Amino acid sequence: MMKTKKGSEFLFFALRNYKLRVGLTVVLVFLAIALVGPSLARNTPFAYANPLGAEPPSGEYWFGTTTFGQDVFAQFVHGLRATFVVGAIGGGLGTFLGVLIGFTAGYRGGLVDEVLNMLTNIVLVIPTMAVLLIITAYLEVRGIITESIFIGLTSWPWVARAIRAQTFSLRSREFVDLARLSGMKPWKIVFCEIAPNMMSYLLLASILQFGGATLNAATLDFIGLGPTTGISLGLMMNNAVLWGALLLGFWWWFVPPGLAITLIVGALYVTNVGLDEVFNPKLREM
Amino acid sequence: MRRYFGRKLLVYGLTFFLAVTIDWMIPRFMPGDPIANMLSRAALNADAARILYTYYTHAFRLDLPIWQQYVNFWNALLHGDLGISTYLFPTPVVKVLLRAVPYDLALLIPAILLSWLAGNRFGAFAARTKWLDNTLLPLGYILTATPYMWLGILLAWVFGIILGVLPIAGAYSYSMTPHPSWLFVGDVLKHWFLPFASLFLVQFGGWAIGMRNMIIYELEADYSHYLEALGAPRRLIRDYAFRNALLPQLSGLALQLGVVVAGALVTEVVFSYPGIGSLLLAGIQNQDYFLVMGCFLFIIIGVLLANFVIDIAYVLVDPRTRRGMTGETG
Amino acid sequence: MSLTVENLRVYYQTLRGDVKALDGATFTLDDGEIMGLAGESGCGKTTLAHSLTRLSPPLRYVEGRVTLDGQELPIADMSRMNDFRMKKLSVIPQYAMNALNPTRKIGTIIRDLLRSRHVEADTSLQELYRRLDLVRLPYDILKRYPIELSGGMKQRMVMVVSTLLNPSLLIADEITSALDVATQKAVAEMLVEFRDRALVKSMIVITHDVSILYQLADSILIMYAGQLSEKASTQTIIRAPRHPYTKLLISSLPTIGVRHAEHKLSGIPGTTPLLLDPPAGCRFRDRCPVAFSKCSEVPPFVEVTDGHWVACWKESETHA
Repeated sequence: MMKTKKGSEFLFFALRNYKLRVGLTVVLVFLAIALVGPSLARNTPFAYANPLGAEPPSGEYWFGTTTFGQDVFAQFVHGLRATFVVGAIGGGLGTFLGVLIGFTAGYRGGLVDEVLNMLTNIVLVIPTMAVLLIITAYLEVRGIITESIFIGLTSWPWVARAIRAQTFSLRSREFVDLARLSGMKPWKIVFCEIAPNMMSYLLLASILQFGGATLNAATLDFIGLGPTTGISLGLMMNNAVLWGALLLGFWWWFVPPGLAITLIVGALYVTNVGLDEVFNPKLREM
Repeated sequence: MRRYFGRKLLVYGLTFFLAVTIDWMIPRFMPGDPIANMLSRAALNADAARILYTYYTHAFRLDLPIWQQYVNFWNALLHGDLGISTYLFPTPVVKVLLRAVPYDLALLIPAILLSWLAGNRFGAFAARTKWLDNTLLPLGYILTATPYMWLGILLAWVFGIILGVLPIAGAYSYSMTPHPSWLFVGDVLKHWFLPFASLFLVQFGGWAIGMRNMIIYELEADYSHYLEALGAPRRLIRDYAFRNALLPQLSGLALQLGVVVAGALVTEVVFSYPGIGSLLLAGIQNQDYFLVMGCFLFIIIGVLLANFVIDIAYVLVDPRTRRGMTGETG
Repeated sequence: MSLTVENLRVYYQTLRGDVKALDGATFTLDDGEIMGLAGESGCGKTTLAHSLTRLSPPLRYVEGRVTLDGQELPIADMSRMNDFRMKKLSVIPQYAMNALNPTRKIGTIIRDLLRSRHVEADTSLQELYRRLDLVRLPYDILKRYPIELSGGMKQRMVMVVSTLLNPSLLIADEITSALDVATQKAVAEMLVEFRDRALVKSMIVITHDVSILYQLADSILIMYAGQLSEKASTQTIIRAPRHPYTKLLISSLPTIGVRHAEHKLSGIPGTTPLLLDPPAGCRFRDRCPVAFSKCSEVPPFVEVTDGHWVACWKESETHA
C-alpha cells in the first residue's frame, strides 16, 4: 500500500523535475540516434566511400569524411551504439558486483566484512586504467564484451563501499529486527525489507556507473586498446589524431565523437542530480 | 591515530604486493617460451637478441622452481633493477622511467593541487551567489563529463592550430636542447601549459560541483542552524561549513587519483608529452614488456605515495582523527 | 511586560499551498515568568519558536507583532534580528544534541561565536566557568570535541552557550524529549535556577509532556492546531482547566498509583485537522464533547478570570 503511494509520489516529482527531464531527454535522444542511425547511414563505417578523401560536412556526407574517405556519420552512429553497449554491460556489471560485495560485507559482518573490505580498499587504490591497460595489452583479440567485462570488474569498489554503509545502517533498524523476530527467512528479509530501501541508491549508482564505463571505454579505445574490430567513439578520436586531423583542421572528425560522450555523460550526471532530488525531499527547492 | 595509519599502511602494503605479483605474472600468461616470445616481437638484430635472451633467461631463472623465480624478481626489484628496455635498447628501464617522471610530476602535481584548491573555492562561492551558481553549475557538469583526451584535442586545435599561440607537441621545442636560460624555461612552460590546462579544467569542474553540494549540505546541518539562531554572522557560518566540507573533498581526492592518472596518460598521448603515460603506450605498441611492467610499477608506487600524503593531510585537517576517532567511513 | 505577541500569523509554504501552522497567536509573558507551551505534535508550538528565532523559508511571515522589553522584534527580517539574537532572545533548540560543530573543540566554538558577536571572550571566561558549575559540567569540557560527550552533556552544554549573554527571553524547544526521567528532572531544575539567578529573565518551555511543566513552569499555554486554546497558571491548568481540550488533555495523563481498573485512561477520539485547509471556526470542534452552533466562528482568546485566558465560546459565555 505504502509502496504504490510512494511510487506515484516519486513519479509526480520526477515528471516535474527540470534536471531529470533535461538529462533524460538528452540521453534518450542519443539512444534513439544509436538505434536508428545505422539504418539511416548510407555507408558502412569502414567503407572508402569518398574518393576525394577528407571533406567537411555536406549534403551527401552529413558529418563529412575522413582522410580515407570514410563516412564520419556512419562511424559516429555505429560508435554510439558501441558506447551504449559498453556503458550498459560495463556499468551494469560494476553495479552488480558492487552491490553483491558491499551487501555481503555489510550484512554478514565479522571476518567476511573484514576480508571484503580489505579487497575493496585494495581495488580502490589501484589505478584502474593502469590495470586495464596491462590486461588488454596482453590480449591478442579483444571484443566489445570483453572490454565491458573488464571495465565492470574494475569499477565496482565505490558502489561496494556505499552499499556496505547503507546495509550496516539498515540491518540494525527496527523493521529488520521485527522481520527476523517474526521468523522471516533471511533471503526474504533481504529482498522484501532491505532491498526496497536501497532501490533509489541503486538507480543513482547505476547511472553513474554507466557514465564512468563510457569514459573508461573511450580512454581505452583512444589509446588503441579497445575492441580489435568495429568502431567506437574513442577509436574515431584515436584515428583522427593519428592521421593528422588535428593539424589539418578536419574538425568534423574529432569534434562529434567527443562532444557526444561529453553530452551523454553530462546528461547522465544531471539526471543523477535530478533523481536525487526526487528521492530526497530535503533537496527539492520550493 | 596509530590504528588509522596502521590500517592504511596494511592496505598499501598488500596492494603493492599484489601489484608486483600481477606484474611478475603477466609475461607468464604467454604460451610457450615467454622470453623468446618477448624478444621475437621486438625488432632486434640477431646479436642483440642472443645477448638479451641469455640475460633474461639468467634473470628469470626459468630453470628454477616458480617460487624462486618470484623471489628473484623481488630481489631484482628491491635492487632497483627493472630490466633493460627492448624498445630503447640498451637503456635500463629504471633510467628510462626516471627521465620521464619529472614531466609527469610537473603536469600532475600543479594540476591536481590547483584544481582542487580553485575548484573548492569556486564551489563555495557558487553555493552562496545565485548568479554564479547558475553559470558555474552547468559549466561544472560539462567539464567534469568531458573526456580528458577530447578536451586536450580541443585545446590543441583551438590554441595550437586555429590561434597558433601555443605548441601542441613535446615538452620543449625540437630545435632546442635543454639549457638553463629564460628562453628555454619559457619554451618549456609554453609546451607545458596546454596539457596542464586540460588536466586542470576537467578536475576543476568536478571539485567545484562537489564543494557546492557539500556546502549546501553543511549549511543545512543542525550546527549551522544553531549558529544562525544565536545570531552568528554569515561569515562564521560559511567558514565552518567550508572547513567541514573540505574533509569529504579530501577523501574524494584520494579516490580520484586513479582517474587523474588515466587522464594524464591520455593527455600525454595527445600532446606527445614525454611522461610515463607516453612510455607506457610506446612500450605496449612495441611489445617492450619490461618497459610496460616498469611503467605499471612506477604508476602504482606513485599512486600509493600520493594516497599516503593525502592520508597525512587528512589527519592534519580533521582534528578528530588525532583523538582516535575517524570522521570518514571504512 | 517582557514579551508581547499580537496576532502572530506564520504560515508554512508547501507545493500544495500554505499550511496555516500558526494562525493568530496573542499572549503576554511577564518578567521572570516561565511559561510552558504544550500541545500535540503539529499544534504550532515549534512554529512559534521558529517564528521568534529563525523565520526563514519555508516559513512565511503573514502578520503580527512581537515586542520584547518594549522593543519591536523584526522577526521577518533575518539580518536585523541578529542584533537581538543571543543577547535579548535566545533558544535551546530541539536538535541540541547536534547543535555543536563536530569538528571544533567546544571552547573554540564559544570563542569564535563570541568574537563574531563582538563580545569579549576573556571577560566571560570566569562567567563561563560559573555557568558550567551550574549545569554540573567539568571545566575541561571546553577542550573536548562534541563527539566525546554524551547526549545529556551536549544538552547541558548547549544550555550554557545559549544563555551565556543573559537573554531576556529564552525559548527551550523540546529539550527534555530525548532524555531519561532522572535527567529530565535535573534539566528542569537547572532551567529554574537560571531564572532564579536572573541569568535569564523569562522563558518559554516547549514540550508535549505536560507533566514536566508541572515541576518547572509558572504558567502554561496550551495550543491546538495552530491556535491558542488556554493560558493560565500551572496550578489552574492542571487542577481546574476550562477549555474542553485542556480538560481532556489533563485527564488523559496517567497518575502514579492509580490502577487501570480503577480509573480508565481516556484518550481524545479523533485526529487533529490538517492545516492546509483548516475548518472554519474553532478547530477543536469536531472532537469537542461540548461543541455547539456558535463554534463555527473562531472563538477569541479572552481573559475569563485574572491571568486566565481561554478561547472557547462555551467558557466565555458562561463567564459573561
